[in-house]
Amino acid sequence: MAVSPPLDSEQLDNQVEHKVVQDATCTFCGCVCDDIDLHVEGDKIVDAKRACVLGNSWFLNHEIDHRPSCHIDGKPAEVTQGVERAAQILAQSKYPLIYGLSDTTSESQRVAVSIADWIDGTVDTTTSVCHGPSGMAFQGVGEVTCSLGEVRNRADMVIFWGSNPAESHPRHFTKYSLMPKGMFLPNGRKDRTAVIVDVRKTKSAKAADIFVQIKPRSDFEGLWTLRALAQDIELDAEQVLADTGYPLDKWQDLMDRMKRARFGVIFFGMGLTMTRGKHANSEALLALTRDMNRHTRFVCKPNRGHGNVTGADNVVAWRTGYPFGVNMSRGYPRFNPGEYTASDVLARGEADAAMIIASDPMGNFSQPAREHLKSIPYIAFDPKETPTTRHSAVAFTVATYGINVPGTVYRMDDVPIPLRPAFESPHPSDLELLTNIETRVRELKKQQANCNKHRPSLRPA
Amino acid sequence: MVASFILIPGRTSRQGCGINEGKFNETYQRETHLLQVAPSDMEQLGLTAGDTVRLTSDFGQAEVPVIAAKRDELPAGLLFIAYGDISSRLMGGDTHGSGMPTSKGLDVTLEIL
Ligand code: SF4
Repeated sequence: MAVSPPLDSEQLDNQVEHKVVQDATCTFCGCVCDDIDLHVEGDKIVDAKRACVLGNSWFLNHEIDHRPSCHIDGKPAEVTQGVERAAQILAQSKYPLIYGLSDTTSESQRVAVSIADWIDGTVDTTTSVCHGPSGMAFQGVGEVTCSLGEVRNRADMVIFWGSNPAESHPRHFTKYSLMPKGMFLPNGRKDRTAVIVDVRKTKSAKAADIFVQIKPRSDFEGLWTLRALAQDIELDAEQVLADTGYPLDKWQDLMDRMKRARFGVIFFGMGLTMTRGKHANSEALLALTRDMNRHTRFVCKPNRGHGNVTGADNVVAWRTGYPFGVNMSRGYPRFNPGEYTASDVLARGEADAAMIIASDPMGNFSQPAREHLKSIPYIAFDPKETPTTRHSAVAFTVATYGINVPGTVYRMDDVPIPLRPAFESPHPSDLELLTNIETRVRELKKQQANCNKHRPSLRPA
Repeated sequence: MVASFILIPGRTSRQGCGINEGKFNETYQRETHLLQVAPSDMEQLGLTAGDTVRLTSDFGQAEVPVIAAKRDELPAGLLFIAYGDISSRLMGGDTHGSGMPTSKGLDVTLEIL
C-alpha cells in the first residue's frame, strides 16, 4: 500500500479552513456588541474586527481547551457518568442551590430553572451580587427606562453614577452613549454633556465634561441632594458639603443642566449597589429619575456586567415571576433577597448541594460562603478551569456560548440578540448537559415520589 | 505602623482580560493581587512599589504588594484593588437582607510588613 509523504507546514496551513463570521456577537459584557467580524482559521479566532480590548481577549482566548469534558472528584470521567452523578446529587439533596447563569444562553437558563423546580431547589443568578439591589429597587419605585438605541439617538445629558465603562464596558461610549451621531444629535459628542459621579477619578472620569467626586459611601446623600434641588428645596451648603464632599453650588449647577436637557439618562453601576445602602442607593437614583420627568425626559439604566445577566433576570422572571433569589421548596416560587440569594444560602451553611453554571463563586464570594461551598457536593459548568471547577464533585468543560454555541442573549437594555458561533467545540454545551440532567432528575424524582407516597410533604397536593 | 483606610474593590480591564486568559494565569493573578495606594499616602507611609502590606477588615485578613495609583486617580485615604481572592477575603458574609455582601467601601487597616 502506498503511504503518502507527511505534509509540510505550508501544506498544513493551506488545509486549515479560513472563514469570516460577520456580525458575530460578543458576550463578554452587557453591551453585547453584535457587529463583530470574526476571522476564523480552523478552530481559532485570529482577529475580531471592531471588538474592544476585552472583546478581543474574549474571542482570541477561547480556543479549544484540550481538557476532558468531564471530571468527577478531580478525575477524568465520561460525560454520561458526570450527568448521572450530577442528577443523583441534585435529586438526593434536601436544600439544593442552582446558581450563576449569567454567562450562558437563555435557552440553558430556561432548563436550569426547570431543574430547580423539579428538585424543590433555590435558583439564583449572579444578579444578586451585581444589580440585585437594583432589582429590589425596581419593585419598590419602578424604572423609567429606554433602549440603548434611544440613548444613542436622543440623549444630550449622559450621567454615569458609580460606573466605570472605560474599564468595564469599553465600547459603551463609542457605540451607544457618548460619541455616536444620533438622529437628534447631529454633532455626536459635541451635542452631549457627559457627567461622571464617582469616588475615584477613574479612566471614565477623564472622558467627562463634569466630574463629580463624592465622598466614599455618600451616594445616597448625593442623590437625595439632587432630589431636593429638583424640587427647589433650599439646602444648607455646609451640611451638603459635609455629607457628600461636593459643594452645593456645584450640585445646583448640575441640577440646572439636568433640567435644561432635552433627554437625560443616568447609567448606574456597582458603585451604588455594592456600597452601604445598596438597594436604598438604587431606589434614590430611580426616584430621582422619576422626579426629573416633571421637568424634562429622563431615563435610567443599570450598566449590566456579564454578557447574559440581563437574560438571566428575564428568564427567571418569566418562569417564576421573580428575577433572582427564588425558592421552590413549597412547590411554588417564593422571592426573598437575603434569604434565597446564593451568597446568604451558602454563608449561612444552608445548602447541602449546588449546581454552579458559568460563574465562579469560589473565586469571588465571601470567605464563609466559599468555605461552605467547598464542604458540599456541587456540579460546575465552565469552559475554563476556575477555582469553582477545581473544588467541584462534578466539573464539566463546556463549549463557549457565542463562540461555539448558538442561542439568545439579552443586551443590558433587555433587547434579545442572537449568537453567531465561529467554530464547533468537542465539548458539550450547557444546554445539552442541562437537558440530560433534567431528564434524569425527573426519573429519579418519580422514583422517590413512589417510595414516599405515604410520607407528609410541605408541597401542596 | 497601622493606618485606617477605605478599600474600594472594582473592575479593571486587565482583570477582565485575565479572566479570558484563565484565572490561574499570570495576568489575572497579578492584577487581583496588587493594591493601589494614592501617591500621597505612599509617601506618607514610606512605601515603595512592591512592598507588602497586611490588610485587615472586620471579617478577614490578606497580605498584598502595593503600587502607587496613577496620578490623581485615588484620593488620599482610599485604596483600590481589582476584584478577586484578596477582596473576597476581606468581605463579610452578611448581606443585610439584600443578597449582596458589602463589597465596596470596606473599612480596613493597613500594616506595613
Ligand atoms: S464593549 Fe463589551 S460586548 Fe462590546 S466588544 Fe467590548 S467586551 Fe464585547
